[in-house]
Amino acid sequence: MSKNVKHEFVEKRVGWLAVLMTIAISIGGLVEITPLLFQKQTNEPVLGLQPYTALEMEGRDIYIREGCNNCHSQMIRPFRAETERYGHYSLAGEHVWEHPHLWGSKRTGPDLARVGGRYSDEWHYVHLMNPRDVVPESNMPAFPWLAENTLDGELTAKKLETFRSFGVPYTDEDIAGAKAAVEGKTEMEALIAYLQVLGTGLTQAK
Amino acid sequence: MSSFWSAWIIVLTLAFLVGIIWLLRWNMSNYTHIKEGELMDHEFDGIVEINNPLPRWWMILFWITIVWGFVYLALYPGLGNFAGLLGWTSSNQEVLSLEESRAATKANREAGLIVQYDREVDYADETYGPIFAALSARPIEELAQDEEATEIGQRLFLQNCAQCHGSNAMGGKGFPNLTDDDWLYGGSPDAIKHSLIAGRRGAMPAYAGQFSDKQITELANYVLSLSGRKVDPELAAAGKANFVICSACHGQDGKGNYALGAPNLTDNIWLYGNSQETIEETLRHGRNGVMPAWKDILGEDKIHVISAYVYGLSQD
Repeated sequence: MSKNVKHEFVEKRVGWLAVLMTIAISIGGLVEITPLLFQKQTNEPVLGLQPYTALEMEGRDIYIREGCNNCHSQMIRPFRAETERYGHYSLAGEHVWEHPHLWGSKRTGPDLARVGGRYSDEWHYVHLMNPRDVVPESNMPAFPWLAENTLDGELTAKKLETFRSFGVPYTDEDIAGAKAAVEGKTEMEALIAYLQVLGTGLTQAK
Repeated sequence: MSSFWSAWIIVLTLAFLVGIIWLLRWNMSNYTHIKEGELMDHEFDGIVEINNPLPRWWMILFWITIVWGFVYLALYPGLGNFAGLLGWTSSNQEVLSLEESRAATKANREAGLIVQYDREVDYADETYGPIFAALSARPIEELAQDEEATEIGQRLFLQNCAQCHGSNAMGGKGFPNLTDDDWLYGGSPDAIKHSLIAGRRGAMPAYAGQFSDKQITELANYVLSLSGRKVDPELAAAGKANFVICSACHGQDGKGNYALGAPNLTDNIWLYGNSQETIEETLRHGRNGVMPAWKDILGEDKIHVISAYVYGLSQD
C-alpha cells in the first residue's frame, strides 16, 4: 500500500470495506427508524382501537391472500384532497396492532383505510361478487369464490396467539373462542367483517 | 420524545454532517504529494490512475447540500425535540381521537404554529365555506332549480353516492333508484336530507320459519297481483289471508309506509327484482337495506346540497 493513498486500505480489504459501508448506510436508519420503535406516538393505540376479532383476523388474511393491498392502500395522507374523499388522515396509533401493516403503496382502487361503515355489508357482498354490478366503470376483479369457501378455523387461535405475542391485547377467552367464532363462516363474511372495521378505531372512539 | 432519543438523533445527525464536512475537506487538499495530473503510483492490469482533483462543480454542489442540510434542520423539525424555527409540522400526528384532533388544530392555531394540513383546510374553508354556507341557507326546493347548486351536488353525489346508487342515480338491485319519485322513506326535502344525515336501516324480516313453502308462493302471488301483474287467482286469493301480517308494515292496501321504510308493493317498482322467485326469496330470507349515515363524513352543508340534487332528480 502506498503510504500516500490512504483509501487503498479499504480498496484492498473487502472485510473493512463491508464494515465501513455498513456503518455509513446505517446512520439514516439509526436516526430515522430506531427512535420510532420507542415512541409513544407509534406505540399507543388510538382511543377506539379494538384488536381484530377472530373473524376480522381471518378476513385480514384473505385480504392479504387475494392481494387486495396491491391495488388498495390503507394510508390516508394529510392532504385535504385525500381527507375530503377518505376522511381523517391516518395516524400511527391506528396501526400499532398491525403485523404487518397493509399501508400499501399503489392505488389502482381507492384507499381503504377508512372504508369501515361507509357501505353496507350487502353492498360489499354484491361488489365483491361482481364489482360492475354496482360500479359499471370498475376494473376490479370479481371474487365470487369467497362466498363458496368456508373457514374451518383450524389456525385462527394460533393467529391470535401470534398477535398476542406481538403485544396485541387478546384475552384467553378470545383465543379459546377463536375457532368457534369463525367455523363455518364464509370467506366473504370474514372479508366483509374486516373491511367494515377498517379505520373505525379513530372515528368511532367515544 | 424522551430526551435520550432526542439526543440520539441530534448527536448522530450532527456528527454525520460534521463527518461529511471532514471527508470533503480532506479530499479537497492534495495529501498524496503527487502533482496534479501526474500518475498515481499504483496500477491494476495495466490500468493506471491520474491524480485529478474532484470536479469543482461537484464539490460546490456538495457544499450546497450541506448548507441546505443545516438550514433545513434549523427551520424544520428534524433534530429530535427541536421544533424548528418556523414552527412547522405536516399534521397533528400525536392525537388519539377525532376530538383530540380538533383540539390540537385549535391549540396550534392559537399558538400560531404552522400545521400544513390545517392551513390547507383553513384556506379551503375560507374559500369554499361561504359558498356552501350560502347554499345551505336556501331551501332545498329552490336549490334543486339552481344550476350551479345542482352541479356541485352532482359532483358530490358522484364522489360519495354513485358507488351504490349508480352514476346516473338509477340504483341497482338492492340500491334504490333515486330518479323515479318512488320513495322508501319519503321524497320530501326533509325526508331526503334526514336519510343522508342519519342513514336508514330497512328490515324486512325472514318468514321461512313462519310460513310454509306453499304459503310463501301464495303470498308472492298476492303481492304480485297488487301491482296488476298476471297471477294465479286462486293462489293470490289464498295469499291474501296471510297478507294481514305483511300489512303491519306495508299497509292494508300494500302501499307501504315511509316511517318504516316499507316499500309500496302496488307500483310495480321493485328494489330486489320483480320475479316471483325473487319475491319468494325476499319473503323467505328477509332483506336488510342499509343507507349509511353521512353527517360525520360530509357535514350538514354538503348534505344539504346533495339533498337538493337528489330531490331535483325526480322533479322533472
